[in-house]
Amino acid sequence: MKTIQVATTINGDAVEFVCAPDEPLLDVLRNRLGLTGAKEGCGTGDCGACTVTLDGRMVCSCLVLGVEVEGAKITTIEGMATGNQLHPLQQAFLDHAALQCGICTPGILVAAKTLLDRNPNPTDTELRYWLAGNLCRCTGYDKIIAAVQDAAQKMRTA
Amino acid sequence: MQYAKPTTAAEAARLLSAASGVTRVLAGGTDVLVQLKAGMVEPDLIVDIKHIPGIRTLQAEAGGFRIGAAVSGAELGEHAALCAAWPGVTEGAQLIGSKQVQGRCSMVGNLCNASPAGDAVPGLVAANATVRVEGPNGTRDVAVHAIPASPGKTTLQKGEIITSIFLPARAPRSSDAYLRFIPRSEMDIAVASAGVNLTLDAAGTITAARVALGAVAPTVLLVDACAKAIIGTKLDATALAALEKAASAACKPIDDKRGTIEFRTKVAGVLARRAAVIAYGRAGGKL
Amino acid sequence: MMDTLETKRKFRQVGTRPIRPDGIDKVKGRALYGADVTAPGMLVGRILRSPHAHAEIVAIDTSAAEALSGVKAVVTGRDLVAQKDDFFRDIQENCLATTKALYDGHAVAAVAAVDASTARAALKLIKVTYKQLPHVTDVDAAMTPGAPIVQGGRALETVPKGMSANVTNQVEFGHGNLDAGFKQADLVVSRSFTTAAAHQGYIEPHACLAQMNADGKADLWCCTQGHYFVRTTCALLLGMEASQLRVTASEIGGGFGGKTVVFIEPVALALSRKAGRPVKIVMTRDEVFKATGPTVVTSMDVRIGMKKDGRITAGEAILRYSGGAFPTGTVEMGASAAFAAYDLAAVHTLGWNVLTNRPKEAAYRAPGAPQAIYAVESVIDELCQKLNLDPLDTRLKNAARKGTLSSYGPTFDDIGLVATLEAAKKHPHYKAPLGKNQGRGLSAGFWFNFGGNTSVSMTINTDGTVSVAEGNPDIGGSRASISLMAAEELGIPYDKVRTIIADTASLGYNENTDGSRVTFAVGMATIHAARAAIAKMCARAAAIWGIDPEAVEWVDGAAVPAGPNAGKFPPMTLAEIAAVANNTGGPIAGHEEFTADGAGVSFGVHLCDVEVDPETGYTTVLRYTVFQDAGKAVHPAYVEGQMQGGAVQGIGWALNEEYIYGADGRLQNAGFLDYRVPVASDLPNIDTVILEIPNPGHPYGVRGVGETPIVPPLAALSNAVSHAIGLRMSSLPMSPPRILAALSHKG
Ligand SMILES: Cc1cc2nc3c(=O)[nH]c(=O)nc-3n(C[C@H](O)[C@H](O)[C@H](O)COP(=O)(O)OP(=O)(O)OC[C@H]3O[C@@H](n4cnc5c(N)ncnc54)[C@H](O)[C@@H]3O)c2cc1C
Ligand code: FES
Ligand code: FES
Repeated sequence: MKTIQVATTINGDAVEFVCAPDEPLLDVLRNRLGLTGAKEGCGTGDCGACTVTLDGRMVCSCLVLGVEVEGAKITTIEGMATGNQLHPLQQAFLDHAALQCGICTPGILVAAKTLLDRNPNPTDTELRYWLAGNLCRCTGYDKIIAAVQDAAQKMRTA
Repeated sequence: MQYAKPTTAAEAARLLSAASGVTRVLAGGTDVLVQLKAGMVEPDLIVDIKHIPGIRTLQAEAGGFRIGAAVSGAELGEHAALCAAWPGVTEGAQLIGSKQVQGRCSMVGNLCNASPAGDAVPGLVAANATVRVEGPNGTRDVAVHAIPASPGKTTLQKGEIITSIFLPARAPRSSDAYLRFIPRSEMDIAVASAGVNLTLDAAGTITAARVALGAVAPTVLLVDACAKAIIGTKLDATALAALEKAASAACKPIDDKRGTIEFRTKVAGVLARRAAVIAYGRAGGKL
Repeated sequence: MMDTLETKRKFRQVGTRPIRPDGIDKVKGRALYGADVTAPGMLVGRILRSPHAHAEIVAIDTSAAEALSGVKAVVTGRDLVAQKDDFFRDIQENCLATTKALYDGHAVAAVAAVDASTARAALKLIKVTYKQLPHVTDVDAAMTPGAPIVQGGRALETVPKGMSANVTNQVEFGHGNLDAGFKQADLVVSRSFTTAAAHQGYIEPHACLAQMNADGKADLWCCTQGHYFVRTTCALLLGMEASQLRVTASEIGGGFGGKTVVFIEPVALALSRKAGRPVKIVMTRDEVFKATGPTVVTSMDVRIGMKKDGRITAGEAILRYSGGAFPTGTVEMGASAAFAAYDLAAVHTLGWNVLTNRPKEAAYRAPGAPQAIYAVESVIDELCQKLNLDPLDTRLKNAARKGTLSSYGPTFDDIGLVATLEAAKKHPHYKAPLGKNQGRGLSAGFWFNFGGNTSVSMTINTDGTVSVAEGNPDIGGSRASISLMAAEELGIPYDKVRTIIADTASLGYNENTDGSRVTFAVGMATIHAARAAIAKMCARAAAIWGIDPEAVEWVDGAAVPAGPNAGKFPPMTLAEIAAVANNTGGPIAGHEEFTADGAGVSFGVHLCDVEVDPETGYTTVLRYTVFQDAGKAVHPAYVEGQMQGGAVQGIGWALNEEYIYGADGRLQNAGFLDYRVPVASDLPNIDTVILEIPNPGHPYGVRGVGETPIVPPLAALSNAVSHAIGLRMSSLPMSPPRILAALSHKG
């Protein structure tokens, strides 16, 4: 299959890559750009482990073609911390033991940050519905909810 | 496989009609990419319509709304005027998938995927929405209800695409509601669903109604008997019971991994009744 | 080897909640899981799977695939070494079938190609000639005479003559006179139950990267719960010596028992050997559902007799489990666990394993126990309801305690069931009011726990820090717990210790991360290793001070003279001893290689409130509380995490999760859209109450905690739903169509 050249911005950096026309963005990130923070749990939009933002909206990168992101702005988990300074959500996940195996964590962090960017003070119910597309099989979600709420509170008072 | 991103609808139509192999229109891709992954389709050409002007915008028109075919569920949900006028249509669209899927999925994609369980469709049918179709033979407006042909198939001709949806102007004291049943709270495909669109007179009597049912037949059902059961009533208990019965009676469902015939038939009635109550309240009716 | 509890120990670090050592990498997306590594020249491996539930493989023609440009290797079952031992032959046949495809998704061939699309195209060019055979996926149907035979000649001697050839073993446990017991009862309830097969549903699909060189040396990277077992198995299937295969465990994205087995690793090695290049295989999600190891599917009968005062007089359970197309022994655990929570004069359990055309079962948290205990706890609940008894008091009245002869043989030592039940009884949840269409359910649960073969090595670095190497993949924060125990024993701060998971070449054998064994067994090995290092450090201090090594003891992280007669020397800290180690006799390390015994059983009690919509059968879980004995919670946050995660998996299993097979014997819901694991919005907070009844078999009192939490939810939910709808449910999952059907038949 003939590859196509694509120019895009990932985590603030200009990036160019080539990919096959049927190649999902997730495969581009993981296999061509070495950004393996987004995970493939299903490849069909059901688990949210591959969540990134595309022009500010969160999407499953497994449901976006690489060729579609020409000129777009993408953020991934790798862009969340500022150098060694963790984002408050990342710190809260550590403090609250909100990850067990951690495979869902990158996707959940990206999703939670997208919510808090819009709604700094969500209710538990809003948060649970917002995260419904991010499966976590280890934690039962309890500590994830606690961690996001703690981070939200810290971000509001920061 | 080829990937094309035409910048006019005419060009899209040209590409699609000229193609010899399997083609797919790409809007949000939340059905198309799943089908690619599963190997269900191996298109020779993918036509990404998102670069066609107007296809991602939503604007007022003739007292109603024209919604570009690739407007995402999330964008619909953020449009306050649309949500106020058509809460049933927009809640149907917003039930699709997760927040991630919402970032991409379109109502037109939902319609053209032609699943009997599509969540955007019953609301649109109840709303009597139309779509604008562009193709090799020009442009036509078609009722949403006329688009699905059978599971996975539409009545669109080769080379045709839908460019927008039109939701008409609202009479006073009108509103709508959509409910679906899924076994979880989120992330599921409807086992049965109902969209109800109502207009009341000043006294609260229903003067017009459209009731559409999803996932209980090969395509969405517009059930006249349901409308008849409530038109001229104030949605009293007798009317609601008649509505429920008419809805269940209209069902022609199948048994599958998601639900039984018995379950779908019963629950479709329950949902029609519950959706009617919500729509009635939204239209200003008091029960 | 068994240890004894240090009853008087005051913990300084154990019981705190520090940040896990692997945490930063995981929240930054940097941690490397199974699919996250690449190698130069790497090929993509993919597996061809049977579309039939049961078929003879008449011929496989791979020539067209081999001829496709970009294809570097094709393998079939013939490329693996035929095993003589039943256990390993089943694994071999499951990895690549040779003569028969036994279930939808059974692997029959594999390719390695330069990229994924070439590999996919190559699979289509492999021509397999199948002769379809009649199939059976239902456990009861598979036991009937005339049922299609999945595999003949697999029955153990325990199976009586005349049973279907699909029955592979029979187990029996119990004691006392059942008939006499039932005669004493004021009420006897008997009921039949079924449970569907569930999947562990780990979010990370199986993945591995194999590199095998011409000289026979090989390296394998994979996500697994036990890389030593992977090495043993792969070495046998590839015909290599264990020393030539080094297996490194990646970070693991969930397992819950499902990654204690081998599926793709030998295939990737075989492809790599043929192609002379590294090969990576990553399963797709539908492959995970179709062709890894879900739970058994069951059909069960339970009969229990009770006096009016709540005393159980007799209990009987008959279990029919199917672990798929290969013999499995899980029914034995079900039959052992069924009545383990109770002190019974007369009890009997009988179980069979039955072959069906389903994938071979793998462990899933407390394998076999949730199903049997679901049936028993449902009948106890029904008895309480009918006799108008308080379900907690009734369980307390019959609860097993120290000295109870358990239903499966051993006599219990210190156990936590009574304390756990009492905690539940005292909890406000138990008395909270309920509304219309709401119900409360409760269930006790039990798991044996396990110790097993373990190796740990600990190095005292010259800068005063400590490196611990253990060999058990960390699936839920165990490195933090191991570091805590090392720090506790050595008397140094937690952040001076770093624990890593070593590869198979670096340590002695370690059994899988299963049986809730890691914190218990690896923790014990770590404590022993620390003690060995401490002995050496005391000897160094003694030499420096010029006194007898016996005259030195270890207090708060330092060597000190033991008593006034030993002489007066200022304490020498670990860091001080370490700093001079290379001049006082060389590097200091401690290690332990042993078989850990004394894993204490663990009991849990779950309380659950639900509301059921009577018009749709939809169940909302309103409130959930988990009570569990952890022995000693080393890192309480991760103990709570196990309790919460296990409870939610059980909730999913009880309400919606199930393997659905069509009449054609094919799996219909091989994806997360229709295999419905709970999502965040389905759930309330999961409250936890940790009890600490120390395990006498561990120096710190630790019990395994990972498995027990999935045991009680099935009955807790079923009892809650049954109360909410006024109708006894006896089939899992209680999906809305099932509940609505039950309600409409009630009228
Ligand atoms: C995880 C997940 C959950 C989901 N949950 C739901 C759910 O709850 N309810 C539900 O109804 N659906 C659900 N879906 C399915 C899907 O998201 C919806 O059908 C969605 O609306 C499709 O829109 P899209 O823009 O992504 O369509 P696309 O995938 O881009 O297209 C869908 C189909 O329509 C055709 N098409 C698209 N646009 C046009 C056009 N303008 N003209 C002609 N043909 C066109 C395409 O060729 C394709 O055949 C889910 C999908 C996923 C992955
Ligand atoms: S991998 Fe994209 S949603 Fe699962
Ligand atoms: S922590 Fe393992 S899936 Fe979420």
